[in-house]
Amino acid sequence: MADTIAPTNPADASAPRQADVRTEEMLVNMGPQHPSTHGVLRVVLRTDGEMVLQSVPHIGYLHRCAEKIGENVAPYQYVPYTDRMDYLAGMNNNQAFALAVEKLTGLEVPERAQYIRVMFAELNRIASHLVAIGTYGLDMGAFTPFLYCFREREMLLDLFESACGARLTYSYITIGGVTDDLPDNFVDVCSEFLDYFEPKVDDYNNLLSYNHIFVKRTGGVGVISAEDAIRFGLTGPVLRGSGVKFDLRKAKPYEIYDRFNFDVPVGLSGGTGEIPRGVVVGDCWSRYYVRVKEMIESVKIIRQCLRDIPAADEKEGVCNKKCKTVKLPDDEVYMEIENPRGQLGFYVKGDGSAIPARVKARGPSFCNLCVLEYAGKNCLLADIPAIIGSMDVVMGEVDR
Amino acid sequence: MSFEEICQILKSQFGDAIEETAVDSCRPYVIVSNDKWTEVATFLRNDSRMAFDFLQCISAIDLLADDKLACVYDLAAMSPLSATENMSYVRELAVRVVTDRNNPQIASVAHLWAAADWHEREAYDLMGIDFPGHPNLERILCPDDWVGHPLRKDYAHPLEYHGIPGTTEHELKSPRH
Repeated sequence: MADTIAPTNPADASAPRQADVRTEEMLVNMGPQHPSTHGVLRVVLRTDGEMVLQSVPHIGYLHRCAEKIGENVAPYQYVPYTDRMDYLAGMNNNQAFALAVEKLTGLEVPERAQYIRVMFAELNRIASHLVAIGTYGLDMGAFTPFLYCFREREMLLDLFESACGARLTYSYITIGGVTDDLPDNFVDVCSEFLDYFEPKVDDYNNLLSYNHIFVKRTGGVGVISAEDAIRFGLTGPVLRGSGVKFDLRKAKPYEIYDRFNFDVPVGLSGGTGEIPRGVVVGDCWSRYYVRVKEMIESVKIIRQCLRDIPAADEKEGVCNKKCKTVKLPDDEVYMEIENPRGQLGFYVKGDGSAIPARVKARGPSFCNLCVLEYAGKNCLLADIPAIIGSMDVVMGEVDR
Repeated sequence: MSFEEICQILKSQFGDAIEETAVDSCRPYVIVSNDKWTEVATFLRNDSRMAFDFLQCISAIDLLADDKLACVYDLAAMSPLSATENMSYVRELAVRVVTDRNNPQIASVAHLWAAADWHEREAYDLMGIDFPGHPNLERILCPDDWVGHPLRKDYAHPLEYHGIPGTTEHELKSPRH
Protein backbone atom coordinates (compact mmCIF):
# COMPACT_ATOMS: atom_id res chain seq x y z
CA MET A 1 0.00 0.00 0.00
CA ALA A 2 1.39 3.31 -1.03
CA ASP A 3 -0.56 5.47 1.33
CA THR A 4 -0.48 5.39 5.10
CA ILE A 5 -3.27 6.44 7.37
CA ALA A 6 -2.50 9.87 8.72
CA PRO A 7 -2.00 10.31 12.45
CA THR A 8 -5.15 11.25 14.35
CA ASN A 9 -3.25 12.61 17.31
CA PRO A 10 -2.76 16.39 16.99
CA ALA A 11 0.61 15.97 18.71
CA ASP A 12 1.86 14.03 15.69
CA ALA A 13 0.53 16.59 13.24
CA SER A 14 4.01 17.27 11.94
CA ALA A 15 4.43 13.65 10.81
CA PRO A 16 4.51 13.46 7.00
CA ARG A 17 1.33 12.47 5.22
CA GLN A 18 1.52 10.27 2.19
CA ALA A 19 -1.15 9.89 -0.40
CA ASP A 20 -0.82 8.56 -3.91
CA VAL A 21 -3.73 10.66 -5.13
CA ARG A 22 -3.31 14.43 -4.96
CA THR A 23 -6.57 15.96 -3.85
CA GLU A 24 -7.86 19.48 -3.58
CA GLU A 25 -8.79 21.31 -0.46
CA MET A 26 -12.50 21.76 0.03
CA LEU A 27 -14.59 23.58 2.61
CA VAL A 28 -17.35 21.39 4.00
CA ASN A 29 -20.14 22.89 6.05
CA MET A 30 -21.29 20.51 8.78
CA GLY A 31 -24.48 21.59 10.50
CA PRO A 32 -26.20 23.62 11.86
CA GLN A 33 -28.78 20.86 11.38
CA HIS A 34 -26.72 17.69 11.57
CA PRO A 35 -27.65 14.68 13.70
CA SER A 36 -24.19 14.31 15.20
CA THR A 37 -23.73 17.93 16.27
CA HIS A 38 -26.22 17.43 19.15
CA GLY A 39 -28.13 20.62 18.50
CA VAL A 40 -27.60 23.62 16.28
CA LEU A 41 -23.82 23.69 15.98
CA ARG A 42 -22.16 24.55 12.69
CA VAL A 43 -18.62 23.39 12.03
CA VAL A 44 -16.76 24.55 8.93
CA LEU A 45 -14.27 21.86 7.93
CA ARG A 46 -11.32 22.42 5.62
CA THR A 47 -10.83 19.00 4.10
CA ASP A 48 -8.38 17.32 1.78
CA GLY A 49 -10.01 14.11 0.68
CA GLU A 50 -10.92 12.22 3.83
CA MET A 51 -8.59 14.35 5.95
CA VAL A 52 -9.79 17.29 8.00
CA LEU A 53 -7.11 19.96 8.17
CA GLN A 54 -9.04 22.48 10.20
CA SER A 55 -12.41 22.70 11.88
CA VAL A 56 -13.91 25.99 12.99
CA PRO A 57 -17.03 25.85 15.17
CA HIS A 58 -19.68 28.55 14.70
CA ILE A 59 -22.12 28.93 17.57
CA GLY A 60 -24.88 31.28 18.65
CA TYR A 61 -27.90 29.78 16.88
CA LEU A 62 -29.74 29.38 20.19
CA HIS A 63 -28.57 32.63 21.74
CA ARG A 64 -31.30 34.38 23.72
CA CYS A 65 -29.13 36.53 26.03
CA ALA A 66 -30.25 34.77 29.19
CA GLU A 67 -27.75 36.89 31.12
CA LYS A 68 -29.66 40.06 30.22
CA ILE A 69 -32.87 38.48 31.52
CA GLY A 70 -31.04 37.86 34.80
CA GLU A 71 -30.60 41.61 35.21
CA ASN A 72 -34.36 42.17 34.99
CA VAL A 73 -35.84 39.62 37.39
CA ALA A 74 -35.32 38.64 41.02
CA PRO A 75 -33.10 35.58 41.60
CA TYR A 76 -35.95 33.21 42.46
CA GLN A 77 -37.67 34.25 39.20
CA TYR A 78 -34.47 33.54 37.27
CA VAL A 79 -34.23 29.91 38.43
CA PRO A 80 -36.51 28.62 35.60
CA TYR A 81 -34.21 30.27 33.04
CA THR A 82 -31.20 28.38 34.36
CA ASP A 83 -32.64 24.94 33.68
CA ARG A 84 -33.33 25.97 30.10
CA MET A 85 -29.60 26.52 29.58
CA ASP A 86 -28.42 22.94 30.07
CA TYR A 87 -31.77 21.25 29.62
CA LEU A 88 -30.35 17.76 30.23
CA ALA A 89 -29.15 18.73 33.71
CA GLY A 90 -31.78 21.16 34.98
CA MET A 91 -31.30 20.22 38.62
CA ASN A 92 -27.56 20.94 38.54
CA ASN A 93 -28.10 24.30 36.86
CA ASN A 94 -30.72 25.32 39.42
CA GLN A 95 -28.33 24.25 42.14
CA ALA A 96 -25.41 26.29 40.79
CA PHE A 97 -27.42 29.50 40.59
CA ALA A 98 -29.08 28.92 43.96
CA LEU A 99 -25.69 28.34 45.61
CA ALA A 100 -24.24 31.51 44.07
CA VAL A 101 -27.12 33.65 45.36
CA GLU A 102 -27.04 31.96 48.77
CA LYS A 103 -23.32 32.61 49.07
CA LEU A 104 -23.83 36.27 48.17
CA THR A 105 -26.75 36.83 50.53
CA GLY A 106 -25.72 34.45 53.31
CA LEU A 107 -29.04 32.64 53.12
CA GLU A 108 -29.17 29.41 55.16
CA VAL A 109 -30.46 26.18 53.65
CA PRO A 110 -32.22 23.56 55.85
CA GLU A 111 -30.19 20.38 56.23
CA ARG A 112 -32.88 18.13 54.80
CA ALA A 113 -33.06 20.35 51.73
CA GLN A 114 -29.30 20.00 51.25
CA TYR A 115 -29.61 16.21 51.22
CA ILE A 116 -32.49 16.41 48.75
CA ARG A 117 -30.41 18.74 46.54
CA VAL A 118 -27.40 16.46 46.47
CA MET A 119 -29.60 13.45 45.79
CA PHE A 120 -31.33 15.08 42.84
CA ALA A 121 -28.13 16.58 41.51
CA GLU A 122 -26.66 13.07 41.39
CA LEU A 123 -29.82 11.50 39.94
CA ASN A 124 -29.74 14.17 37.26
CA ARG A 125 -26.08 13.42 36.64
CA ILE A 126 -27.02 9.80 35.91
CA ALA A 127 -29.88 10.90 33.63
CA SER A 128 -27.59 13.29 31.77
CA HIS A 129 -24.82 10.72 31.35
CA LEU A 130 -27.36 8.19 30.07
CA VAL A 131 -28.25 10.60 27.27
CA ALA A 132 -24.56 11.27 26.61
CA ILE A 133 -23.73 7.55 26.41
CA GLY A 134 -26.80 6.60 24.41
CA THR A 135 -26.46 9.35 21.81
CA TYR A 136 -22.73 8.76 21.55
CA GLY A 137 -23.55 5.19 20.58
CA LEU A 138 -25.93 6.57 17.95
CA ASP A 139 -23.18 8.78 16.54
CA MET A 140 -20.90 5.75 16.26
CA GLY A 141 -23.56 3.66 14.56
CA ALA A 142 -24.77 1.64 17.55
CA PHE A 143 -28.52 2.05 17.88
CA THR A 144 -29.40 -0.49 20.59
CA PRO A 145 -27.58 1.00 23.62
CA PHE A 146 -29.52 4.23 23.05
CA LEU A 147 -32.81 2.43 23.70
CA TYR A 148 -31.43 0.77 26.84
CA CYS A 149 -30.17 4.10 28.17
CA PHE A 150 -33.46 5.87 27.52
CA ARG A 151 -35.39 3.05 29.20
CA GLU A 152 -33.53 3.72 32.44
CA ARG A 153 -33.65 7.48 31.99
CA GLU A 154 -37.44 7.27 31.74
CA MET A 155 -37.53 5.82 35.28
CA LEU A 156 -35.39 8.69 36.51
CA LEU A 157 -37.71 11.21 34.89
CA ASP A 158 -40.61 9.51 36.68
CA LEU A 159 -38.74 10.02 39.95
CA PHE A 160 -38.24 13.72 39.16
CA GLU A 161 -41.89 14.05 38.19
CA SER A 162 -43.00 12.51 41.47
CA ALA A 163 -40.97 15.11 43.39
CA CYS A 164 -41.62 18.31 41.43
CA GLY A 165 -44.11 17.61 38.65
CA ALA A 166 -41.74 18.34 35.77
CA ARG A 167 -39.80 15.92 33.63
CA LEU A 168 -37.18 18.15 32.05
CA THR A 169 -37.19 21.73 33.31
CA TYR A 170 -37.56 21.23 37.01
CA SER A 171 -36.87 24.51 38.85
CA TYR A 172 -37.04 22.18 41.86
CA ILE A 173 -33.87 23.38 43.53
CA THR A 174 -34.46 27.04 44.26
CA ILE A 175 -32.95 29.87 46.28
CA GLY A 176 -32.86 28.75 49.92
CA GLY A 177 -33.75 25.09 49.45
CA VAL A 178 -36.12 23.06 47.30
CA THR A 179 -39.71 23.90 46.35
CA ASP A 180 -41.40 20.82 47.87
CA ASP A 181 -40.60 18.02 50.26
CA LEU A 182 -40.16 14.49 48.91
CA PRO A 183 -43.21 12.31 48.26
CA ASP A 184 -43.92 9.83 51.10
CA ASN A 185 -42.53 6.67 49.51
CA PHE A 186 -39.64 8.35 47.70
CA VAL A 187 -36.83 6.69 49.68
CA ASP A 188 -38.18 3.21 48.88
CA VAL A 189 -38.87 3.92 45.22
CA CYS A 190 -35.45 5.50 44.77
CA SER A 191 -33.58 2.60 46.45
CA GLU A 192 -35.54 0.20 44.29
CA PHE A 193 -34.42 2.08 41.20
CA LEU A 194 -30.76 2.10 42.32
CA ASP A 195 -30.87 -1.68 42.91
CA TYR A 196 -32.32 -2.11 39.43
CA PHE A 197 -29.98 0.38 37.77
CA GLU A 198 -26.56 -0.61 39.12
CA PRO A 199 -26.27 -3.97 37.29
CA LYS A 200 -27.50 -2.30 34.08
CA VAL A 201 -24.19 -0.44 33.79
CA ASP A 202 -22.56 -3.80 32.99
CA ASP A 203 -25.04 -4.16 30.13
CA TYR A 204 -23.95 -0.83 28.65
CA ASN A 205 -20.34 -1.89 28.95
CA ASN A 206 -20.96 -5.20 27.21
CA LEU A 207 -23.13 -3.61 24.54
CA LEU A 208 -21.08 -0.53 23.79
CA SER A 209 -17.97 0.23 25.85
CA TYR A 210 -16.01 -2.92 24.99
CA ASN A 211 -17.54 -3.32 21.53
CA HIS A 212 -14.65 -3.80 19.11
CA ILE A 213 -16.01 -1.42 16.45
CA PHE A 214 -16.77 1.25 19.05
CA VAL A 215 -13.27 1.01 20.54
CA LYS A 216 -11.77 1.24 17.04
CA ARG A 217 -13.80 4.36 16.27
CA THR A 218 -13.03 6.17 19.55
CA GLY A 219 -9.75 4.78 20.95
CA GLY A 220 -6.75 6.99 20.21
CA VAL A 221 -8.96 9.56 18.45
CA GLY A 222 -9.01 13.25 19.42
CA VAL A 223 -6.33 12.96 22.08
CA ILE A 224 -6.03 15.95 24.44
CA SER A 225 -3.08 15.96 26.83
CA ALA A 226 -3.51 16.84 30.50
CA GLU A 227 -1.54 20.09 30.09
CA ASP A 228 -3.63 21.18 27.12
CA ALA A 229 -6.83 20.31 28.95
CA ILE A 230 -5.90 22.75 31.73
CA ARG A 231 -4.63 25.37 29.28
CA PHE A 232 -7.96 25.35 27.42
CA GLY A 233 -9.90 25.47 30.68
CA LEU A 234 -11.60 22.14 30.08
CA THR A 235 -13.59 20.70 32.95
CA GLY A 236 -15.68 17.71 33.92
CA PRO A 237 -15.38 14.31 32.19
CA VAL A 238 -13.40 15.94 29.36
CA LEU A 239 -10.72 17.07 31.84
CA ARG A 240 -10.77 13.81 33.80
CA GLY A 241 -10.65 11.78 30.58
CA SER A 242 -7.23 13.39 30.04
CA GLY A 243 -6.04 11.84 33.30
CA VAL A 244 -6.51 14.86 35.55
CA LYS A 245 -8.08 13.75 38.81
CA PHE A 246 -9.93 16.98 39.49
CA ASP A 247 -13.53 17.11 40.63
CA LEU A 248 -15.00 20.13 42.41
CA ARG A 249 -17.04 17.85 44.66
CA LYS A 250 -13.71 16.70 46.12
CA ALA A 251 -11.48 19.70 45.43
CA LYS A 252 -13.76 22.36 46.89
CA PRO A 253 -16.77 20.57 48.40
CA TYR A 254 -19.96 22.58 48.25
CA GLU A 255 -23.27 21.72 49.95
CA ILE A 256 -22.57 18.55 51.95
CA TYR A 257 -20.39 16.63 49.52
CA ASP A 258 -17.61 16.32 52.12
CA ARG A 259 -19.80 13.84 54.03
CA PHE A 260 -19.85 11.21 51.29
CA ASN A 261 -17.43 8.54 50.14
CA PHE A 262 -16.92 8.29 46.41
CA ASP A 263 -14.13 8.02 43.88
CA VAL A 264 -13.22 10.30 41.00
CA PRO A 265 -12.78 8.21 37.81
CA VAL A 266 -10.08 9.29 35.36
CA GLY A 267 -8.96 8.15 31.93
CA LEU A 268 -6.48 5.25 31.98
CA SER A 269 -4.31 3.86 29.23
CA GLY A 270 -5.35 0.76 27.32
CA GLY A 271 -4.37 -2.75 28.30
CA THR A 272 -4.63 -2.14 32.06
CA GLY A 273 -7.53 -3.75 33.90
CA GLU A 274 -10.79 -3.51 31.98
CA ILE A 275 -9.50 -0.84 29.56
CA PRO A 276 -9.31 -2.23 26.00
CA ARG A 277 -6.12 -2.09 23.96
CA GLY A 278 -5.83 0.88 21.62
CA VAL A 279 -7.15 3.33 24.19
CA VAL A 280 -4.93 6.32 25.01
CA VAL A 281 -5.39 8.65 27.97
CA GLY A 282 -7.26 11.74 26.79
CA ASP A 283 -8.97 10.17 23.77
CA CYS A 284 -12.68 9.97 22.98
CA TRP A 285 -13.08 6.55 24.59
CA SER A 286 -11.57 7.76 27.88
CA ARG A 287 -13.96 10.71 28.03
CA TYR A 288 -16.86 8.39 27.31
CA TYR A 289 -15.80 5.82 29.89
CA VAL A 290 -15.35 8.42 32.65
CA ARG A 291 -19.09 9.09 32.30
CA VAL A 292 -19.92 5.40 32.63
CA LYS A 293 -17.85 5.15 35.81
CA GLU A 294 -19.30 8.37 37.21
CA MET A 295 -22.80 6.91 37.10
CA ILE A 296 -21.69 4.20 39.55
CA GLU A 297 -20.12 6.81 41.84
CA SER A 298 -23.37 8.81 41.74
CA VAL A 299 -25.27 5.70 42.79
CA LYS A 300 -22.91 5.41 45.79
CA ILE A 301 -23.58 9.04 46.80
CA ILE A 302 -27.36 8.67 46.47
CA ARG A 303 -27.34 5.52 48.61
CA GLN A 304 -25.48 7.41 51.36
CA CYS A 305 -27.96 10.29 51.05
CA LEU A 306 -30.95 7.96 51.40
CA ARG A 307 -29.34 6.40 54.48
CA ASP A 308 -28.46 9.67 56.23
CA ILE A 309 -31.23 12.06 55.23
CA PRO A 310 -32.77 13.71 58.33
CA ALA A 311 -36.50 13.37 58.95
CA ALA A 312 -38.84 16.12 57.78
CA ASP A 313 -39.12 19.05 60.17
CA GLU A 314 -42.53 20.72 59.94
CA LYS A 315 -41.31 23.98 61.44
CA GLU A 316 -38.17 24.36 59.37
CA GLY A 317 -39.55 22.99 56.10
CA VAL A 318 -37.31 22.48 53.08
CA CYS A 319 -36.90 26.08 51.96
CA ASN A 320 -35.69 29.22 53.68
CA LYS A 321 -38.71 31.51 54.23
CA LYS A 322 -36.76 34.57 53.10
CA CYS A 323 -36.05 33.17 49.64
CA LYS A 324 -38.36 35.58 47.82
CA THR A 325 -37.72 38.74 49.82
CA VAL A 326 -33.96 38.60 50.09
CA LYS A 327 -31.99 41.67 48.94
CA LEU A 328 -28.64 41.30 47.18
CA PRO A 329 -25.85 43.30 48.85
CA ASP A 330 -23.63 45.66 46.85
CA ASP A 331 -21.05 42.94 46.30
CA GLU A 332 -20.13 40.16 43.92
CA VAL A 333 -19.61 36.41 44.02
CA TYR A 334 -18.40 33.66 41.73
CA MET A 335 -19.57 30.15 42.57
CA GLU A 336 -18.78 26.97 40.67
CA ILE A 337 -20.25 23.50 40.95
CA GLU A 338 -19.58 20.20 39.21
CA ASN A 339 -22.25 19.84 36.56
CA PRO A 340 -22.46 16.55 34.54
CA ARG A 341 -20.66 18.36 31.71
CA GLY A 342 -18.05 20.14 33.81
CA GLN A 343 -17.74 23.17 36.02
CA LEU A 344 -20.74 25.42 35.85
CA GLY A 345 -20.04 28.80 37.40
CA PHE A 346 -22.31 31.73 38.14
CA TYR A 347 -20.99 35.23 38.65
CA VAL A 348 -23.62 37.31 40.44
CA LYS A 349 -23.21 41.00 41.24
CA GLY A 350 -25.72 42.79 43.44
CA ASP A 351 -26.36 46.50 43.94
CA GLY A 352 -28.39 46.56 47.15
CA SER A 353 -31.74 45.91 45.47
CA ALA A 354 -33.64 42.63 45.02
CA ILE A 355 -32.62 42.40 41.35
CA PRO A 356 -29.01 41.52 40.40
CA ALA A 357 -26.87 44.06 38.56
CA ARG A 358 -25.20 41.28 36.56
CA VAL A 359 -25.62 37.55 36.17
CA LYS A 360 -23.01 35.68 34.19
CA ALA A 361 -22.98 31.96 33.53
CA ARG A 362 -19.73 30.14 32.82
CA GLY A 363 -21.09 27.17 30.91
CA PRO A 364 -19.00 24.00 30.83
CA SER A 365 -20.15 23.13 27.30
CA PHE A 366 -19.13 26.58 26.04
CA CYS A 367 -15.66 26.25 27.53
CA ASN A 368 -15.20 22.63 26.45
CA LEU A 369 -16.27 23.29 22.87
CA CYS A 370 -13.46 25.80 22.30
CA VAL A 371 -11.00 22.89 22.16
CA LEU A 372 -12.65 21.52 19.01
CA GLU A 373 -10.56 23.84 16.85
CA TYR A 374 -7.46 22.24 18.40
CA ALA A 375 -8.56 18.59 18.64
CA GLY A 376 -10.47 18.47 15.35
CA LYS A 377 -7.57 18.90 12.95
CA ASN A 378 -5.39 16.46 11.05
CA CYS A 379 -7.90 13.70 11.63
CA LEU A 380 -10.31 11.77 9.44
CA LEU A 381 -13.69 13.20 8.56
CA ALA A 382 -15.39 10.34 10.42
CA ASP A 383 -13.49 11.29 13.58
CA ILE A 384 -15.22 14.68 13.81
CA PRO A 385 -18.57 13.26 15.05
CA ALA A 386 -16.57 11.06 17.46
CA ILE A 387 -14.78 14.10 18.89
CA ILE A 388 -17.86 16.34 19.13
CA GLY A 389 -19.89 13.53 20.69
CA SER A 390 -17.22 12.82 23.30
CA MET A 391 -17.36 16.49 24.43
CA ASP A 392 -21.06 15.97 25.23
CA VAL A 393 -22.07 19.57 24.60
CA VAL A 394 -25.58 20.92 25.10
CA MET A 395 -26.07 23.79 22.68
CA GLY A 396 -28.73 25.44 24.84
CA GLU A 397 -25.98 26.21 27.32
CA VAL A 398 -23.21 26.98 24.82
CA ASP A 399 -25.37 29.72 23.33
CA ARG A 400 -27.33 30.72 26.46
CA MET B 1 -1.50 31.15 50.36
CA SER B 2 -4.12 33.61 51.55
CA PHE B 3 -5.58 36.50 49.58
CA GLU B 4 -3.61 39.00 51.70
CA GLU B 5 -0.32 37.26 50.97
CA ILE B 6 -1.01 37.24 47.23
CA CYS B 7 -1.84 40.97 47.41
CA GLN B 8 1.38 41.65 49.30
CA ILE B 9 3.51 39.93 46.66
CA LEU B 10 1.67 41.77 43.88
CA LYS B 11 2.07 45.13 45.61
CA SER B 12 5.78 44.64 46.22
CA GLN B 13 6.18 43.66 42.57
CA PHE B 14 3.96 46.24 40.88
CA GLY B 15 3.34 49.00 43.45
CA ASP B 16 0.70 51.44 42.26
CA ALA B 17 -0.48 49.17 39.45
CA ILE B 18 -2.46 47.30 42.13
CA GLU B 19 -5.11 49.99 42.57
CA GLU B 20 -7.36 48.42 45.18
CA THR B 21 -7.74 45.23 47.18
CA ALA B 22 -11.32 44.41 48.15
CA VAL B 23 -10.58 42.17 51.14
CA ASP B 24 -14.03 42.38 52.74
CA SER B 25 -15.91 41.35 49.63
CA CYS B 26 -17.88 38.09 49.63
CA ARG B 27 -15.23 36.88 47.22
CA PRO B 28 -12.13 39.12 47.58
CA TYR B 29 -10.69 40.67 44.42
CA VAL B 30 -7.92 43.03 43.35
CA ILE B 31 -8.26 45.89 40.90
CA VAL B 32 -5.31 46.07 38.52
CA SER B 33 -4.44 49.17 36.53
CA ASN B 34 -5.42 48.75 32.88
CA ASP B 35 -2.08 49.80 31.35
CA LYS B 36 -0.11 47.33 33.53
CA TRP B 37 -2.51 44.39 33.00
CA THR B 38 -0.31 42.48 30.53
CA GLU B 39 2.67 42.57 32.92
CA VAL B 40 0.56 41.56 35.92
CA ALA B 41 -1.18 38.77 33.99
CA THR B 42 2.16 37.38 32.76
CA PHE B 43 3.45 37.47 36.33
CA LEU B 44 0.33 35.72 37.64
CA ARG B 45 0.66 33.01 35.03
CA ASN B 46 4.41 32.43 35.04
CA ASP B 47 5.86 33.35 38.44
CA SER B 48 6.52 30.23 40.51
CA ARG B 49 4.84 31.70 43.61
CA MET B 50 1.66 32.47 41.64
CA ALA B 51 1.41 29.90 38.79
CA PHE B 52 -2.28 30.51 38.09
CA ASP B 53 -2.59 27.94 35.33
CA PHE B 54 -6.37 27.69 35.17
CA LEU B 55 -8.62 30.50 33.93
CA GLN B 56 -12.09 29.79 35.26
CA CYS B 57 -14.05 32.64 33.80
CA ILE B 58 -13.95 36.16 32.38
CA SER B 59 -17.05 38.17 33.31
CA ALA B 60 -17.55 41.52 31.64
CA ILE B 61 -19.49 44.01 33.76
CA ASP B 62 -21.02 47.40 33.07
CA LEU B 63 -20.31 50.05 35.72
CA LEU B 64 -22.68 52.65 34.26
CA ALA B 65 -22.65 54.91 37.35
CA ASP B 66 -18.85 55.38 37.04
CA ASP B 67 -19.02 55.55 33.22
CA LYS B 68 -16.74 52.48 33.06
CA LEU B 69 -16.72 48.90 31.83
CA ALA B 70 -14.71 46.15 33.48
CA CYS B 71 -13.62 42.54 33.16
CA VAL B 72 -13.40 40.19 36.10
CA TYR B 73 -10.90 37.35 35.74
CA ASP B 74 -11.35 34.34 37.99
CA LEU B 75 -8.03 32.52 38.18
CA ALA B 76 -6.97 29.38 39.99
CA ALA B 77 -3.72 27.53 40.54
CA MET B 78 -4.06 23.76 40.42
CA SER B 79 -2.13 21.33 42.56
CA PRO B 80 0.45 19.23 40.63
CA LEU B 81 -0.99 17.00 37.91
CA SER B 82 -2.04 13.62 39.20
CA ALA B 83 -4.11 10.70 37.97
CA THR B 84 -4.16 8.94 41.34
CA GLU B 85 -4.49 11.65 44.02
CA ASN B 86 -7.44 14.01 44.18
CA MET B 87 -6.30 17.40 42.95
CA SER B 88 -7.55 20.74 44.20
CA TYR B 89 -7.12 24.49 43.78
CA VAL B 90 -4.02 25.59 45.71
CA ARG B 91 -5.04 29.24 45.50
CA GLU B 92 -7.61 31.35 43.75
CA LEU B 93 -7.65 34.99 42.78
CA ALA B 94 -10.17 37.32 41.22
CA VAL B 95 -8.82 40.29 39.30
CA ARG B 96 -10.82 43.24 38.04
CA VAL B 97 -9.53 45.40 35.20
CA VAL B 98 -11.47 48.61 34.57
CA THR B 99 -11.62 50.41 31.25
CA ASP B 100 -13.11 53.55 29.83
CA ARG B 101 -16.68 53.29 28.53
CA ASN B 102 -16.13 55.35 25.40
CA ASN B 103 -13.03 53.54 24.17
CA PRO B 104 -13.05 50.24 26.07
CA GLN B 105 -9.76 48.39 25.67
CA ILE B 106 -8.19 45.65 27.79
CA ALA B 107 -5.10 43.76 26.65
CA SER B 108 -5.85 40.20 25.58
CA VAL B 109 -4.56 37.32 27.70
CA ALA B 110 -5.35 34.60 25.13
CA HIS B 111 -1.62 33.93 24.69
CA LEU B 112 -1.33 33.12 28.41
CA TRP B 113 -4.53 31.09 28.84
CA ALA B 114 -5.98 29.43 25.73
CA ALA B 115 -9.33 29.41 27.52
CA ALA B 116 -9.46 33.22 27.30
CA ASP B 117 -9.99 33.08 23.53
CA TRP B 118 -13.73 32.42 23.58
CA HIS B 119 -14.34 34.30 26.85
CA GLU B 120 -12.85 37.47 25.35
CA ARG B 121 -14.82 37.03 22.15
CA GLU B 122 -17.97 36.75 24.26
CA ALA B 123 -17.08 39.89 26.24
CA TYR B 124 -16.43 41.72 22.96
CA ASP B 125 -19.69 40.53 21.45
CA LEU B 126 -22.01 41.20 24.38
CA MET B 127 -20.26 44.08 26.17
CA GLY B 128 -18.26 45.69 23.38
CA ILE B 129 -14.83 45.57 24.99
CA ASP B 130 -11.89 45.53 22.59
CA PHE B 131 -9.05 43.13 23.38
CA PRO B 132 -5.89 44.24 21.55
CA GLY B 133 -3.68 41.24 20.83
CA HIS B 134 -6.54 38.75 20.47
CA PRO B 135 -5.96 36.43 17.47
CA ASN B 136 -9.53 36.46 16.16
CA LEU B 137 -11.76 39.02 17.84
CA GLU B 138 -15.13 38.44 16.13
CA ARG B 139 -18.68 38.21 17.39
CA ILE B 140 -19.34 34.74 18.78
CA LEU B 141 -22.96 34.55 19.95
CA CYS B 142 -24.70 37.35 18.04
CA PRO B 143 -24.77 37.44 14.22
CA ASP B 144 -21.91 39.32 12.55
CA ASP B 145 -24.20 42.16 11.41
CA TRP B 146 -25.80 42.73 14.81
CA VAL B 147 -25.82 46.35 15.96
CA GLY B 148 -24.78 47.19 19.51
CA HIS B 149 -23.69 45.14 22.49
CA PRO B 150 -26.69 43.64 24.32
CA LEU B 151 -25.30 43.42 27.85
CA ARG B 152 -24.57 47.14 28.14
CA LYS B 153 -26.96 48.83 30.52
CA ASP B 154 -27.85 51.51 27.95
CA TYR B 155 -28.40 49.02 25.11
CA ALA B 156 -31.29 49.99 22.82
CA HIS B 157 -33.39 46.97 21.85
CA PRO B 158 -33.73 46.74 18.06
CA LEU B 159 -37.14 47.41 16.57
CA GLU B 160 -36.48 45.13 13.64
CA TYR B 161 -33.85 42.65 12.40
CA HIS B 162 -34.01 41.43 8.77
CA GLY B 163 -37.77 41.77 8.76
CA ILE B 164 -38.22 40.06 12.15
CA PRO B 165 -40.08 42.45 14.48
CA GLY B 166 -38.23 43.14 17.73
CA THR B 167 -39.23 45.30 20.66
CA THR B 168 -42.46 47.25 20.01
CA GLU B 169 -42.94 50.96 20.69
CA HIS B 170 -45.37 50.07 23.46
CA GLU B 171 -42.82 47.84 25.19
CA LEU B 172 -40.19 50.53 24.92
CA LYS B 173 -42.38 52.84 27.03
CA SER B 174 -42.71 50.27 29.83
CA PRO B 175 -40.34 50.91 32.74
CA ARG B 176 -38.33 47.73 32.12
CA HIS B 177 -36.66 49.04 28.98
